[in-house]
Formats: sequence, structure tokens, C-alpha cells
Amino acid sequence: MQTKRAIFPNKFLPYALLAPQLAITFVFFFWPAAQAVKQSFYKEDPFGLSSRFVGLANYTKLFQEPDYLNSIGRTAVFAISTTGLALILALIFAVAVDRLIRSRNAYTTLLLWPYAVAPAVAGILWWFMFNPTVGILPYMLDVVGYDWNHRLNQTDAMILIVLAASWKQISYNFIFFLAGLQAIPKSLKEAAAIDGAGPVKSFFTIILPLLSPTSFFLLVVNIVSALFDTFAIIDATTAGGPAQGTNVLVYKVYQDGFIGLNLGSSAAQSVILMAVVILLTVIQFRYIERRVQY
Amino acid sequence: MVQNNTWLNALTHLILILGIVFVAFPVYIAIIASTRGSFDFLQGLVPLLPGTEAIENYSRILNAGVSTSGAPPLGLMMTNSLVMALSIALGKIFISILSAFAIVYFRFPFRTLAFWMIFITLMLPVEVRIMPTFKVVADLGLLNSYAGLTIPLIASATATFLFRQFFLTVPEELMEAARIDGAGPMKFFRDILLPLSRTNIAALFVILFIYGWNQYLWPLLVTTDSSYYTVVMGIKRMADVADSEPQWNLVMAAVVLAMLPPIVVVIGMQKLFVKGLVESEK
Repeated sequence: MQTKRAIFPNKFLPYALLAPQLAITFVFFFWPAAQAVKQSFYKEDPFGLSSRFVGLANYTKLFQEPDYLNSIGRTAVFAISTTGLALILALIFAVAVDRLIRSRNAYTTLLLWPYAVAPAVAGILWWFMFNPTVGILPYMLDVVGYDWNHRLNQTDAMILIVLAASWKQISYNFIFFLAGLQAIPKSLKEAAAIDGAGPVKSFFTIILPLLSPTSFFLLVVNIVSALFDTFAIIDATTAGGPAQGTNVLVYKVYQDGFIGLNLGSSAAQSVILMAVVILLTVIQFRYIERRVQY
Repeated sequence: MVQNNTWLNALTHLILILGIVFVAFPVYIAIIASTRGSFDFLQGLVPLLPGTEAIENYSRILNAGVSTSGAPPLGLMMTNSLVMALSIALGKIFISILSAFAIVYFRFPFRTLAFWMIFITLMLPVEVRIMPTFKVVADLGLLNSYAGLTIPLIASATATFLFRQFFLTVPEELMEAARIDGAGPMKFFRDILLPLSRTNIAALFVILFIYGWNQYLWPLLVTTDSSYYTVVMGIKRMADVADSEPQWNLVMAAVVLAMLPPIVVVIGMQKLFVKGLVESEK
């Protein structure tokens, strides 16, 4: 790992400097994580009076439980649609803004502020627009003959949270795509134009390949965010319903733990999710180090 | 751009205007709803033009709150959110600049281990390990306190990583010169490194402030006493009334007020914000 050529010789100072962060990380991260791992091997009664060791039973039971398998499926549908929608729209907006000169800053400002909106608030905004009684969108859909009701229809509920989550995510992706586009040398685009490539051809043969590091980075970040930031959106709108229709993995950890009080199963789900995140972090880190050091 | 195609330029503007409409429409509806009286929603459709009760709605929500849902006045919740956002932002910056300094400018046993212990938490949100973390905080007696709201969220790797990346680009000569002049590590840190990091600190502050302000699940769990409610979680309580439609005009006034501070910060510090965002993820 990189460091400075010249360093300070102190023996104890570095530990003192690291102490606050390591202490907090240990108490609020490693200790709870270890507890989750331990708990996932035990079966506890909901009142916390007794617990017994059950080995891997919590895990094996999880993968036989239809609700959990359903939750994996819902999470996949949600993550793929949100990531796809947010990435494609953001890329279109970024390419459009990058073409402009005078109005570039104005458009950027108008597109980036949803980053500041809390996911829970984004959920409530869309929930209000889609509200079957007073919402404007069900009214418009009714005109074309579609009876919208996200309280009863699972597909409607899924569309609602996908829209709310993508709406929130677009601005983030947009900022990164725009930064990536502006790092592409002008001379490459000019060379392509001189060789007779039209805007569409030069986009697919020059711009898109040069954007691939940014796109890969955003893909991982978007998947992580679709897996976890969704919690607030779902809790503020559908609460996992109707009939488990939007009960994604991270919401199920909470529901089984805090509401269902099935602590062993909730802990096992936590451990699985932690493993997924750590895997994604390692993938991301390998990519970061490669880009920093070339 | 090389090609100067009128049609393409028109299309570009059209796409962007559609994009802005898509992005702004939900907020427009919320602002309109917040200026209406509560009877305007009984006809079954959200009005699309502003009403006349804006001042009444906003002053009622700020000072009195929505009594039917047991939520305190919004003024109090916004103060709590502000305390939480500021403590998280400043706390994270403080602990992570120190640990990045230790990792970059010293060589000591377990340095790589320490780095990895911090780094592994990079993308691990509190939602994933929610049950056991809640238990730890409960055992420490931190429920319903500002400490419980903030300290568990202060540990995260993003800021440490950004400062590490930045310190690695600081020229070696500065440190050598400081040592030759007899400056110890803390003097070097205070007089040279800290002033150099000013822009990074400001950029990071914008991002962390928004992160802290927008927290939802954690305040939902650790506060049962309504005087510690934060605004983002409090709105959910207002919108969630049993057996009847919520008072949409008041809920939307609360939504607008809850969005305002982070949006003002992002737009007001746009350059720093973009810089902080793009660099912290590099």
C-alpha cells in the first residue's frame, strides 16, 4: 500500500490518531457484525429468554422459505429496472448537456438538485402523485383506461418504487457521466468528425467505450444503492406490500427482525447481505486502485 | 462541438427540457399542494394551480405540527435534523482526517490491517446490520439522545479514503522541509496539511451534511421520544394516519421544508459539491 517516502518516526502517535475512528468502527460495526454472525447460528425465542445453537439451520431454512426466494426475485427486478432506468436517462442527459456550451451550467443546476432529496421524501412525493384517491397520475391513467392501484396491484407498487428510486438516482449518475464526458479529449471527437463519423457513430465508437470506467463504477454504486438505500423509499410508501410484492431483501431483514421478531433468521439475512456488500466493495476497490495507479 | 446541426441542437434542448420537467414535476405538485386548503383535496384530484393558504399551512406546521399523528412541531424536528447533520458531518471529518494522516504519514505495525478495517465499512450501510447495532446502542443507554442519533453513523470510510487520496498527492518536499525546520508531526498537520485540505473539507462537508440530514431508518429506531424526532422520519408519521387520508396540504408543506436546507446547500455550493462527490469516489 502506498505511503510517503519520508515519514514521521513517532511510535505511538499514529495509534492515537487512529483511535477515535477505530473505536467507533469497532463498537458500532465489528461488534454488531460479529453479533449478527453469532446470532445467525442460534434460534432465540421472541422474548429473548432462551436461545439454542442450531448450526446452519437458519440459513438452510431461509433458502427453502418461499417468502425469501420471492424477496430475492423482487430485489433483482427492482435493482435491474432502477439501475437500468437511472443509468440510461442520466447518460442521455449528460450527453445532451455536454453538447452545449452557453446553457451548460443552467441545465446542470436544474438536473442535479434531486441528489439532495432524502429517499424517504422522494418516496412520499411519488406516493402522493400516484395516490389512487387524489393523485394526478392515476387520474391521467384512468383517462386512457388503466385502473392504477398500488395498494392492491403488485406491478403498480413495483413501478412506483422503481420510479421514485430512479428519480432520486439520476442526478448522481448525471454528475459522474458529465465529469467523464468532459475528461474525453476534444481532439478524438474532432478526428472522428473529420473522418466522416456522424454524431451517432462517434457516440457508439468513441464516447461510449471511453466512458466505460465511469459506467462500470456507476453500475456497482447503483446496484449497492438499489439494494440498500431503497429501505427508506419502501418504508415510506409500500412497506413491502401488497402481499410481499415489494419486500426486497434489506426490508425483509428489518421486517423479520423488528416486526416479526425472528432474530435468528433476520441475523442470517444480515450476514448474507454483508457478504454481498463486502464482495462488491472488493470489486470496486480493485477497480479504484487500477485507475489510480494505471 | 464539431458538428453544428440545428436539428440536433433542437433535439438536445428538447431532451433536457423534458428531463427537467420529469425531475421537477413531483416537487411542483408538492409545492402547489402545500398552498391549498384541506378541502381542496376532497374533490378527488390534486389541484394544479397554487391556492391562497400557503402562509397559514406553513406557520401551522412549523409551530404546531399535525396533532392527529402525534408529531411535534416541524421547527423542533428541523432543529434536531440540523444538530444531527452538523454533528455527523463535523464528526466524520474530524475522525477521518486524523486517521488518514496516520495512515499516510507514518509507518507502523498493523498499518495495512487498520486501513482495511476502516475500508471494509465503506459501502456497508447501517440498514444491513440494523438489529445488532440497535442492540449495542440500546445497551449503551444511548436511545433517545443526540449521541445515539449521531455517533454510530460517524464511522464510515468515505471521508478517510478521500483524505488519504488527497494526502498522497501532497508533494513530499513540504513534509521534508517541515522536518528540516524542526516541525513535529502535529505542527506539520496543523500548519501545512490542514490549510491545504480546506477545499476538500468544504466539499466533503456538503456531501456529509446531506447524508446526515437525509437519514431515515436510524432516527426511526433510536427515537421514541418525540422531542428527538428528525424531520425526514417525522414526515412519515404525519403521512401515515390510520383509516383516513392524511392532511395532504400540511404533509406537503412539511415535505417542502424538509427538502429545502439540503437543496439550498447543494445549489449554493454546486462547484464544491460536484468536486467533493466526484473526488470522494475516485
